[in-house]
Amino acid sequence: MSKLLEAQSLCAYYGPTQVLFGLALDVNDGGITTLLGANGAGKTTTLRSLSGMCRTTGDIRFEGKAINGRATEDIVRLGIAHVPQGRGTFSRQTVEENLEIGAMTRRDRKAIAADVERVYGYFPRLKERHRQQAGTLSGGEQQMLAVGRAMMLRPRLMLLDEPSFGLAPLVVEELFGILRTLNRSEKVSMLLVEQNAALALDLADHAYLIETGRLVMEGPAQQLRDNENIRRAYLGY
Amino acid sequence: MELFLHQVLAGLATGGIYACMALAVVMIYQAIDHLNFAQGEMAMFSTFIAWQLIQWGFPYWLAFGATIVISFAAGVLIERVVLRPIHDAPILSHVVAFIALLSILNSGAGFLWDWTIKSFASPFGSGQFLGQTLINKHDAGMIAVTILLLLLLYLFFRHTRIGLAMRAAAANPESARLAGIRVGWMTALGWGMAAAIGSVAGMLIAPVVFLEPNMMLSILLYGFAGAVVGGLTSPGGAVFGGFLMGVIENLAGTYIPVVGREMKLSIALIIIVAILTVKPSGLFGRPVVTRV
Amino acid sequence: MLVTPTELRSAEARQPPSATVGGIGVPAWRLIMLAAGLIVILAVPFGLKNFFIFQITLAIIYAIAILGLNLLTGFNGQFSLGHSAFYAIGAYTAAIMMENMGLSYVWTIPVAAIVCFVFGFLFGLPALRLEGIYLALATFALAIAIPQVLKSSVLEHWTGGVQGIVIIKPDAPFGLPLSPDQWLYLFTVAVAIVMYVCAVNLVKSRTGRALIAIRDHPVAASAMGINVSLYKSLTFGVSALYTGVAGALGAIAIGFVAPDSFTFVLAVALFVGLVVGGVASIPGTIVGGFFVLYVPNIAEHFSKGLAGAVYGVILLGVIYIMPAGFAGLMRLITGKMMRQGR
Repeated sequence: MSKLLEAQSLCAYYGPTQVLFGLALDVNDGGITTLLGANGAGKTTTLRSLSGMCRTTGDIRFEGKAINGRATEDIVRLGIAHVPQGRGTFSRQTVEENLEIGAMTRRDRKAIAADVERVYGYFPRLKERHRQQAGTLSGGEQQMLAVGRAMMLRPRLMLLDEPSFGLAPLVVEELFGILRTLNRSEKVSMLLVEQNAALALDLADHAYLIETGRLVMEGPAQQLRDNENIRRAYLGY
Repeated sequence: MELFLHQVLAGLATGGIYACMALAVVMIYQAIDHLNFAQGEMAMFSTFIAWQLIQWGFPYWLAFGATIVISFAAGVLIERVVLRPIHDAPILSHVVAFIALLSILNSGAGFLWDWTIKSFASPFGSGQFLGQTLINKHDAGMIAVTILLLLLLYLFFRHTRIGLAMRAAAANPESARLAGIRVGWMTALGWGMAAAIGSVAGMLIAPVVFLEPNMMLSILLYGFAGAVVGGLTSPGGAVFGGFLMGVIENLAGTYIPVVGREMKLSIALIIIVAILTVKPSGLFGRPVVTRV
Repeated sequence: MLVTPTELRSAEARQPPSATVGGIGVPAWRLIMLAAGLIVILAVPFGLKNFFIFQITLAIIYAIAILGLNLLTGFNGQFSLGHSAFYAIGAYTAAIMMENMGLSYVWTIPVAAIVCFVFGFLFGLPALRLEGIYLALATFALAIAIPQVLKSSVLEHWTGGVQGIVIIKPDAPFGLPLSPDQWLYLFTVAVAIVMYVCAVNLVKSRTGRALIAIRDHPVAASAMGINVSLYKSLTFGVSALYTGVAGALGAIAIGFVAPDSFTFVLAVALFVGLVVGGVASIPGTIVGGFFVLYVPNIAEHFSKGLAGAVYGVILLGVIYIMPAGFAGLMRLITGKMMRQGR
């Protein structure tokens, strides 16, 4: 499989403080990669680095093109959709407006309208509430809206930051099922950051483990899942 | 009763000025999430530019249009050039930058065009509106233009993509970036629009209060007050608030003896504060509910 | 390759570096600066001409006023654009006491303090409901209203209306060989020292921490048992107290009060001084005071016709170079020096 996203010697800084120390990370074209780790390990920072939202050094290539140092808006326009931690909902706008915002970089009116319907197809509950103010939606619904908004970009790669956070187990199952479908039928590659290791390893094909800004392990998801020692030592189950 | 009605209508007439200013204030607030204290001076400077164009022989409506375009460009320029370096600075520093801008524009206008009062033509002509005695042609025209502007803005924000992009950029800049929206340019656009609206307000106000560098200060204050009372998130509320300020100011001046005339402004503002203590988000503003 | 967590941790375990600048510890530096400062302060009245002494007195007075504003806006997060009102009330209290009641100037300070505290506290009560920009507008309204009230014919008997009140500058007591300007300078410095010491103690105390907690996260603060409403109103009162005392000192130093001396222009100037000195920085207020006094003069010196424009340009330049004020700049510099000193 070819590499859709490659990061080498990735270091990230918040002001003068360094938080990532030379990461090497890949996402295969068509695959789902997961980045696991405890709170504060640097998972969110990694995603933010890929989206150009913090100061980084190192080499990041998307579809072969270097994107390190580019502005977030430009990186997004290359086909990377980032579903941020906390969902990033536009609370004062309606559900439908949120989806339209997601498609802001596109010009094809008819296709945008068709895509909105497609998102509603995946998430019927959003269609029910399409004129509601997005801030009044429940956590699960806002998460679905965030994924829907990312889909409107017709991305090649989706970065997801803890999508299961604060959601009821049934809702999470539903969401992850949809992510699997998105990956298979819409060919959207994904880099999934999760604290819930069991869930993530079930969905992903490749996994990385990060600890205080450094990668401590990587391998096929199956291997990490099946290795009891690793599971107990790092993944808490 | 006749006096009361007359004062209310006269209040509505001056209120039209405040409503126009309030609209510009809310525009900027929606774009950048804080109030621009230099708004009044920007409007005043624009009006002087219009005056200068007319002095050079431009016909009124050409000068009017040209001024709007120039003001728009100036607004964009100010945001991109003057405010860029302090983009990440704390809010209080931004306020100081606005104060600096205010000072530069005020002093600049006085220097370029001196401090004497000038008269500014009204495009609506003089005389009473439709023959009745309560409001004159200019006041009627002013109210009409304000309402027209409001309508255009409403259509722009609710029914155009770029309007939505601007609202998104102001509401949640980080998420907007993640949707590919160029937040910096949206903010600049907001400034441009606010400057343009301010210039319209200035050109409508000048015939009434006469053109001089300090003309906008109390008007800006009433505009702020009107915008705040109406609710900073609601352009319609801001316009309503502006009209309300005009009416309150006039009634206070008429019905509260002696004190009323000297302290019109104070009384109006006190009423504003009173309204705010009862409805902290303004009459039509949507209270922002934040999850803890 | 597996790297275990314990190995990672020991690799990173390090002694925290002790902060030194040029080999001298930070606390020692502070004492040196304070001592040097005191010597300079006490030398002033004997080295300079009366007019300069008067100017520096004014700068210190503005610094006290800005300190008041800082307590409210910097440390407690309540945005005020109306502190000219409290300054005016303090000034007029002093003037009325000295001229209409014939009392000594010494009594005006504590009385102005109490009067302004009460006014501030009373204003702070309805202000509790207002946040950010709404509070700014309400305080601005106060700044606009006060001069109008002072000019009104109703209070003319006490306030002297538009013309204001003239005050006779007090002479040095006990027949000391000092000019009024020199004596007033020393008197102001004494008051200033007391007020600054109190402010520092307040900010470092539990009360101070409560104020800062309220500024940073009011909900969490109240969840921790802090009576947010009470503290906010009290802070308004204390803030007004400080600025009012400055007003009283100002009235005595200038020898004259009139409504048009205390317009919103003063409120804006105090606010600018606050930001330039550095929000939530007590030493910064002194920089702010000097800025408020001297920069408008410098601007006028540059160009009479464009004084305002020059002032605006200087202000923009200052904000570009020091977005977090003078205190922010100092923090950046000392931070860099401390890192290099390891």
